[in-house]
Amino acid sequence: MAEVKVTKEKKVELFTFLLKSRRLEERLIDMTTQGEIAGWLHPNLGGEAVGVGVTAALEPKDYINNTHRGRPIIVTKGVPLKRFLLEVLGKKDGPCGGIAGEMHYADIEYGILGTQGLVGANIPLSVGFALACQIKNTGQVVVSYFGDGAVDEGNFHESVNMASVWKLPVVFVVENNRWAQFTPQACTAAQPDIWRKAEAYNMPGLLADGADVLAVYQAAAEVVDRARRGEGPSLLECRFNRWLGHYIGDPQKYRDPKDIEEARKIDPVTKFQEQLLAEQILTAESIEKLEQEIKAEIEAAVDFARNSPPADPADVFNNIYV
Amino acid sequence: MRELNYVRAINEALREEMARDERVIIIGEDVGLSGGSFSASRGLFQEFGEKRVIDTPISESAIAGVATGAAMAGLVPIAEIMFMDFITLAMDSVVNSAAKMRYVFGGQFKVPIVFLTQGGGGLSAGPHHSQSLEAWFCHTPGLKVVYPSTPYDVKGLLKSSIRDENPVLFIEHKMLRVKDNVPEEDYTLPLGRAEIKRPGSDVTIVTWGQLYYKVAAAAEKLAQQGVDVEIIDLRTLMPFDLETILESVAKTNRLVIAHEAVKTGGFGAEIAASVMEAAFDSLDAPIKRVGAAFSPVPWGPAMEAAVLPQEADIIAAVKELA
Repeated sequence: MAEVKVTKEKKVELFTFLLKSRRLEERLIDMTTQGEIAGWLHPNLGGEAVGVGVTAALEPKDYINNTHRGRPIIVTKGVPLKRFLLEVLGKKDGPCGGIAGEMHYADIEYGILGTQGLVGANIPLSVGFALACQIKNTGQVVVSYFGDGAVDEGNFHESVNMASVWKLPVVFVVENNRWAQFTPQACTAAQPDIWRKAEAYNMPGLLADGADVLAVYQAAAEVVDRARRGEGPSLLECRFNRWLGHYIGDPQKYRDPKDIEEARKIDPVTKFQEQLLAEQILTAESIEKLEQEIKAEIEAAVDFARNSPPADPADVFNNIYV
Repeated sequence: MRELNYVRAINEALREEMARDERVIIIGEDVGLSGGSFSASRGLFQEFGEKRVIDTPISESAIAGVATGAAMAGLVPIAEIMFMDFITLAMDSVVNSAAKMRYVFGGQFKVPIVFLTQGGGGLSAGPHHSQSLEAWFCHTPGLKVVYPSTPYDVKGLLKSSIRDENPVLFIEHKMLRVKDNVPEEDYTLPLGRAEIKRPGSDVTIVTWGQLYYKVAAAAEKLAQQGVDVEIIDLRTLMPFDLETILESVAKTNRLVIAHEAVKTGGFGAEIAASVMEAAFDSLDAPIKRVGAAFSPVPWGPAMEAAVLPQEADIIAAVKELA
């Protein structure tokens, strides 16, 4: 397969999304720790390159569903942070009216199909979107995005098989962070090479370094293009090692501290930053400028959301039925 | 007027709706080439093609989930679950996805889907092909539940269910092969509206599905003994037509609820409690429930009859009140 060429502009764009995802995540972690965000935040530090690289391979009209660690997807699909923060803080004007929060966030205007609280439940839904795209011949591609834990659900087998039989325009992306909540993949996966499962469904299986945004982007661009040509689904595994616990507050007693230390040595943001500095695409000054712009955007979004009207309990029964 | 049996009424409703609206598709096991295990989709594959009448693998969770995704993406899928007993395998897709996707995402999506299934006993089909599980779904906000008893009601209610923009569980009873006058032209019947199938003055019996015919036979025998029964065929269980029941009870002052499902925790309990809350003073006697014994449905014919409610059980319940 020919390697997908990446322009300088695309590299800068990828880095911008990476950095924005990182800084947003740090801000959300901070706000969760302060008690400003309700519920559990499932942090995705160290995993940004997967969501960014995959989403950057999509066109605006394409669909992607999400996981509970999905901020990089939301950022890269172009959702304005003000809009997202409204939902994060449970505001009336959030795209889901404060019903979904950050974890279940869906935003159809940006092709984001939302997160299911049940691991793997999004897989048949995204296949259903792909079926509709095929029947209506819309030219859209759907990314069915899930973690390594979801692969062990029956929904994975049923849906991936169905999508392959029907040659649907869908790409299955596994964000393999090596942990299913508190249990390491080594304890649960008879075949830890998830990409190899593709053979059982008669589709291409690819493995990318999940800490390398370029590698993820190039692999995703290739299989998205294949799906758009009508040649059917692929399975792309992107592998890295989760930095933090399952949720903010998880003491990770189940994990060897050395493993945490090793995981944090691999940083997809600084790794790509160093590469772009070496390639003289970025400079220390341009990075600093970008940092300031991102910080300003995040703070403006937080301020805007804080000062917006809260969701009204009088609206809580809206939308149970049409 | 032309007579049509129950399953031909289903078939005709499906055909007319598919011809009326190109968004309508049928998806399920054996629905296509073979025309369906119970012939409900006979001829539709030939008439509308493989893109709209889709044979699937034996994958109930994906059938229901893919259909839900396709509904969110703008199609109007009819997802057939061959036996209601198999819906356990699709439970997550029905209860956590179809029923909730509009609500959780703040009304961004509609989920116009019909889960078409067939339940009930009487065919020596054994414990995994004979159950009546409708109460489970009435307990789930976001779903509608329809269970008609006559071919006339089937055609009108199935067409309404397909046109409804909410997820509808539409249950047929496998023993219903009765014929009825069914108009050839297009007509719909409103969801949520019961029908008084036999007016009477002494005792109200609320029922649905195939048990209606046993109730009707019991009513004729009771009439010969001087007891005038009013039969309400509920037709839609969620939302259910409490108003019609209350009007009837205000007249008869006595209520029996008869359903084929297990009596314990059955939907009859919800109706009884609702009538007690709304019209305790109208009641001259305790509300009686007739339902299956607290038992799985056995295979042997005599054993099965010992578990499922019979005409004699209905007569006995009425006589306790009258």
